[in-house]
Amino acid sequence: MAAVATRQPVGRWLADHVVLLIGILVLLYMFVPIGYIFALSFNQPTGRSATAEFESFTWTNWTTICDPDGLCDSLQLSLAVSATATLLATVLGTLMAFALVRHSFRGRSASNLVIFLPMATPEVVMGSSLLAMFVSVGFDSVLGFITIVIAHVLFCLSFVVVTVKARLSGMDSRLEQAAMDLYANEWQTFRLVTLPLAMPGIVAAAMLSFSLSFDDFIVTNFTAGQSVTFPLFVYGSKLKEFPPQLFVVGTLMFLVSFVFVIAGELWRRHRAAQ
Amino acid sequence: MADPARDLRLEDLTKRFGDFTAVDDLTLTVPQGSFFALLGPSGCGKTTTLRMVAGLEDPTTGRVLIGDEDVTHLRPYKRPVNTVFQSYALFPHLTIFENVAFGLRRRGVKDYRQKALDMLELVQLAPYAARKPSQLSGGQQQRVALGRALINEPGVLLLDEPLGALDLKLRRQMQIELKRIQTEIGITFVHVTHDQDEAMTMADTIAVMNHGLIEQIGAPEDLYENPETTFVANFLGQSNLIEAEVLDSADHRVAVDCHGQKVTVDASRSHAGGRNAWLGVRPEKIFAGTAGGDGAAGSNVLTGGRITDVSFVGVSTQYLVAMPWGQELMVFEQNTGERSPFRNGDEVDMRWSPDHAFLLDADQDASAGMMTPEDDE
Amino acid sequence: MTTGPTASPGSVVDVETARRRGWGWLMLIPGMLYLAVFFLFPTVQLFFTSLYDPSGSYDTGYAMTWHFANYVDAVRDSWNLFVRSFLFAGIATAICLALSYPLAYAIAFKSGHWKNFMLVLVIAPFFTSFLLRTLSWRTILSDQGPVTSFLQTIAILPDDGRLLATPVAVIAGLTYNFMPFMTLPIYASLDKVDQRLIEAAGDLYASPFTGFRKITFPLSLPGVVAGTLLTFIPACGDYINAELLGTPKQYMVGNRIQSAFLTEHNYPLAATLSLVLMAVVVVMVVAYVRRAGTEDLL
Repeated sequence: MAAVATRQPVGRWLADHVVLLIGILVLLYMFVPIGYIFALSFNQPTGRSATAEFESFTWTNWTTICDPDGLCDSLQLSLAVSATATLLATVLGTLMAFALVRHSFRGRSASNLVIFLPMATPEVVMGSSLLAMFVSVGFDSVLGFITIVIAHVLFCLSFVVVTVKARLSGMDSRLEQAAMDLYANEWQTFRLVTLPLAMPGIVAAAMLSFSLSFDDFIVTNFTAGQSVTFPLFVYGSKLKEFPPQLFVVGTLMFLVSFVFVIAGELWRRHRAAQ
Repeated sequence: MADPARDLRLEDLTKRFGDFTAVDDLTLTVPQGSFFALLGPSGCGKTTTLRMVAGLEDPTTGRVLIGDEDVTHLRPYKRPVNTVFQSYALFPHLTIFENVAFGLRRRGVKDYRQKALDMLELVQLAPYAARKPSQLSGGQQQRVALGRALINEPGVLLLDEPLGALDLKLRRQMQIELKRIQTEIGITFVHVTHDQDEAMTMADTIAVMNHGLIEQIGAPEDLYENPETTFVANFLGQSNLIEAEVLDSADHRVAVDCHGQKVTVDASRSHAGGRNAWLGVRPEKIFAGTAGGDGAAGSNVLTGGRITDVSFVGVSTQYLVAMPWGQELMVFEQNTGERSPFRNGDEVDMRWSPDHAFLLDADQDASAGMMTPEDDE
Repeated sequence: MTTGPTASPGSVVDVETARRRGWGWLMLIPGMLYLAVFFLFPTVQLFFTSLYDPSGSYDTGYAMTWHFANYVDAVRDSWNLFVRSFLFAGIATAICLALSYPLAYAIAFKSGHWKNFMLVLVIAPFFTSFLLRTLSWRTILSDQGPVTSFLQTIAILPDDGRLLATPVAVIAGLTYNFMPFMTLPIYASLDKVDQRLIEAAGDLYASPFTGFRKITFPLSLPGVVAGTLLTFIPACGDYINAELLGTPKQYMVGNRIQSAFLTEHNYPLAATLSLVLMAVVVVMVVAYVRRAGTEDLL
């Protein structure tokens, strides 16, 4: 090995690592509000405070999460809506992705366009057009769980299709031919080869769907009628009191999802190392 | 024992993709238990033919029969045929054991566990049973692919250039190995390859394909020594093709005139139609001797050659000899050490035994089947 | 190795192709039907709604009079909202790009073992409610907050200046909320870049920066295009940031549409504004994608 200069001036080190440093700074910037949410969850507000400023420290928020009227109900509704919408969107979207990648037929590019359009539509437009339709069909008195789910499936569908398609395009179709060569019929091939290999993409799509749905405000606002999901509750409560338990829930959401993802990553590494 | 009742037969098999004909009216019979090679350059239709036998491609017209059973329109999983794919196509999410056991389980074989373990022993991969394909080397993956197919005891085993991804030494090893397994088990092997060395080493019978058609079928020696088309003459090994005019034929011998010099060819080795023909003779069959010297009695002679290139290739010395009519002929001489090699500019006579030349139709392309730099891999 | 056949017109379509086509349609139909009913149909209906006679109302009903003048009125009255929306969204997208690109680059090339962890960190903030995050910014950027005080100290802001209720806050909010949408596609593109290409560039006398400019950046363009679209389009129609971090002086088209729909119940106006917004967005997207040269985003 040729001799390499080991003396690295600070300037040089900086230049090599400047991009990484910027990246880390940006990441820190992204976490600032999270820090605030975490801190504010311990806040003891005095009276009505629309900007939720720091007052005094307390643990009670964490032990009285469901105290504010309707908070836990809204959480429940959000979970139910998101779970249902995720299920429907994932199933429909996966089927569509398979059709678009594996089967050639006329009208493929037109179909691709129609699927892309919802992603290109501002949420206000989507929400308002759905509401207008529900009203015109006479559904305006039954706005609630079903209409919210319908709306959520709509905007999740495109994301599912794109995600699963990406995974499928990378898959070798000869594996399915090999399966059929080895006496697996079409259904067995799908069940034993295609589906397991596509599963990471499908799971990623489902997770993306769930997060989009759980956190959605604009479209939900239009189509919810009197029902209140968690984001709607947060929006509504800024007009009334501003319970610090909201920040507790926010922190909890963060922690739960974070743990989920880290666990998934660790499990993946464990399996790869086998 | 060979069982004609289980021969593989292709009848008028044709496959068209739009305007392009990949396989053109193919008819051949693969005797049960033989090692059959489909040999040809890329795009000649050999892989398409294989896929039609496997059921992964529907023929446009024609039939595929195994014994008396017409399998032409049967789905792949209904045919007694298994394939070793070019890229192995091992299931990445299953272990080696599960890969090998796959076919047995689909068919509901009860003791698949033991059979799979036995097969892994046979291909010397038993210690790796719990690993995934990505954790194995190329050669090991190839053996898994083979075991996965063989374990089902198919009527016909199809191999699609299975050794292409292996390095030279490993490839040679596997060629011997495959041949040994086939002889032991007695299953019909249909092996698709573009490597003529591979085909000649392993196969009992070779079918040379070009542009969807069969140029010639026969045993490796027959194809090599007595090619019937310029494509076969050039694709298998190398040939010198010299313009010739047929003079007459008598006594099982055909007399031809090569640019003013007379030579003879055995009648059984003449495949020319009209007056004009290509006289073909392989470079290793020619003896270059000092001009004016004596040669073996009865051998054909072409005089007036001059050495223009000498290449030492270890086993042999390869000469290019310029003939009076402008053509350069190739001569390969084994380096037995008996004689020192020629040098550039030496004048030589070319001699060969009449049993070694062949005559081909003049209107065939003399460069058909030759390897160009693009073909070389 | 041959792939599936594509039959040209007039030739025999073999059984295999017909089978696969049949399955293809079957699997596509449920989803397409869903989109047709809940997306295409409402959009068409929105179009018709935009042409109702504006003199009606929610209670008395609307008469369909093909009142194209609605469009003229809407644009004339609200053109400043449109301009502001596109301006805010555009600036936010640009800043987002400037921040996200280095981050994506760092993750793709400089993160080593930490790559997957950093990716998780990029989307982690999204695990809390977007409203809560925006409300946090309201606290962070408040008049008594650290940022405002700091900027006043170093004299970028006058002593009585504020960040909240200014365009700065709204744009800052917009930028923040779309960071992952920008970062992830760019990362995906960068990740696919073959490092050997950059080495080859170096071998051919390119400095690291030139290597980036000529090789890496062009190859990452599909991701940049996807990211900017995924950011700009939702940002145009956003109204939460404007509402929580700004005042009616910073309101965007989305605010107007929301109030028209839900408060005033002025459906024709809301529909008209929605469609104009959508139309402009689509036109801008098509022009942008054509210009950037990556047609096949999907």
